[in-house]
Amino acid sequence: MKKIVNNPEYVVRDMLEGLIAAHPDSLKQIPETTVVASKDAPLQNKVGIVSGGGSGHEPAHAGYIGDGMLDAAVCGEMFTSPTPDQVFEGIKAADGGAGVFLVIKNYTGDVMNFDMAAELAEAEGIEVEKIVVNDDVAVEDSSFTTGRRGIAGTIFVHKIAGAKAAAGGSLQEVKNIAEKVTANVRSMGVALTPCTVPAAGKPSFVLEDDEMEIGIGIHGEPGIERKRVTSADEIAEELTNKVLEDIEFNTGDDVALIVNGMGATPEMELYILNKKVNEILLERGLNIHKTFVGNYMTSLEMSGCSVTLLKLDEEMKPLLDAESSAPAFRI
Amino acid sequence: MELTAHDIITWMKKTNEKIQSNKEHLTSLDQAVGDGDHGINMARGFKEVVVKLEDTSYESVSDALKDTAMTLMSKVGGAAGPLYGTAFLKLSTSLKGKSADYTHFLNGLEESLAGLKQRGKSQEGEKTLIDVWSPVIEKMKESDDFDASLLKHTAGDSMEKTKDIKATKGRASYLGDRSIGHLDPGSVSSFYVFEALAETIEGGR
Repeated sequence: MKKIVNNPEYVVRDMLEGLIAAHPDSLKQIPETTVVASKDAPLQNKVGIVSGGGSGHEPAHAGYIGDGMLDAAVCGEMFTSPTPDQVFEGIKAADGGAGVFLVIKNYTGDVMNFDMAAELAEAEGIEVEKIVVNDDVAVEDSSFTTGRRGIAGTIFVHKIAGAKAAAGGSLQEVKNIAEKVTANVRSMGVALTPCTVPAAGKPSFVLEDDEMEIGIGIHGEPGIERKRVTSADEIAEELTNKVLEDIEFNTGDDVALIVNGMGATPEMELYILNKKVNEILLERGLNIHKTFVGNYMTSLEMSGCSVTLLKLDEEMKPLLDAESSAPAFRI
Repeated sequence: MELTAHDIITWMKKTNEKIQSNKEHLTSLDQAVGDGDHGINMARGFKEVVVKLEDTSYESVSDALKDTAMTLMSKVGGAAGPLYGTAFLKLSTSLKGKSADYTHFLNGLEESLAGLKQRGKSQEGEKTLIDVWSPVIEKMKESDDFDASLLKHTAGDSMEKTKDIKATKGRASYLGDRSIGHLDPGSVSSFYVFEALAETIEGGR
């Protein structure tokens, strides 16, 4: 394992110190916690937006803290949900009296820990609502699984729920729009190489030199198929078509697109992919309202990418376009 | 036989030793069906439990279990933190103001199991730690005192059986049929918990 780390057990702590040092004007760490919050938080009478999850997905989630997006992010250990007490600290940091909204990715641990934190907050009289994001079309959504995973589509939920809260939306209104985004966002990813959790010291799975895993999860969870690496155009087709099949898109629909890097894929390759994704969407008669290309929801040094599509309507569009000062999502 | 607060500390120390020496094993089991953090998280959590228990003097079994639960809840993370935290918290609450004799302790474990099902929204047969806790408790009901060998064997057999189950809960559920043939990591760590309990009973005071 070759990594720029000190003690592997302290990677999260060390990263957080470095993160705050890089953004001293906009971010603060809540003392004795792994909670990062906006320097101004809590804003009185604004619904607080809190997200979080395991670390290793940077810039998710702390990079999305800013005006018009998140108020606080709770950073768990590597790929491990933060604990209820930490999430509770995040809720308190974001609570300006109008309630707090939790954005949770659909993983068993995250859902349980955030639920327990919400119970703690409610016991202290803080009103809490939540959304569980499940945009990954690679896995079956049935009663025989835990349901679909939350991946890069979560960024659109942060952005649009955050904009609604910034515009003075009530807790219920923020929840309604977050549900709408979640219902209309779908993603799918692929991995070319695995990643190594520092404390584990070895890759989480093995891919041969000429292999890729379609439908990979952001922690290296297996996808749906392992096959020979194909061209960028073929990868774009496979991911985009699977996403397009999953919800009804009609000619003329406005969509927002994220072509997301998993950590080690050069931007050049992401743009090559985006070229074909664009062609496919235009051929389908869709109107691409906004495109984001870059590393938004990563999996350490995994190479690979994911494609996220959000079907927009007149309510979501201005909220997506609204200003955001978050370092990883400046609009 | 009746468990004392000192026994609880011994139980947790023995559990910790097993988790620490099988940390890589748990992690590689989890890499096969999940996200590969189970060994790391459990090792971190139980290490802290032992530190906490050694630093404190306990009057009651319930108090020692409560600190165990709260430490696991705040130090483990992932799915295992809330699950093990809930299990030990329910056991603690159930034993509050009571002696930890066989009947009370068994009732407490039943509360733990109910807590695991509620927190994990899960049942038997879904390839989770419930598939160790449930058969162990069922078997204990057939006895009227602590039986170390029964405990060890039931937990061990139940853990082995998770290999044949298709996961329908937790991250392994995404594998569907491909989860068959792998041990459930949570069931393996639960086996260590019960094996450590059995050894505590064997060791007497």
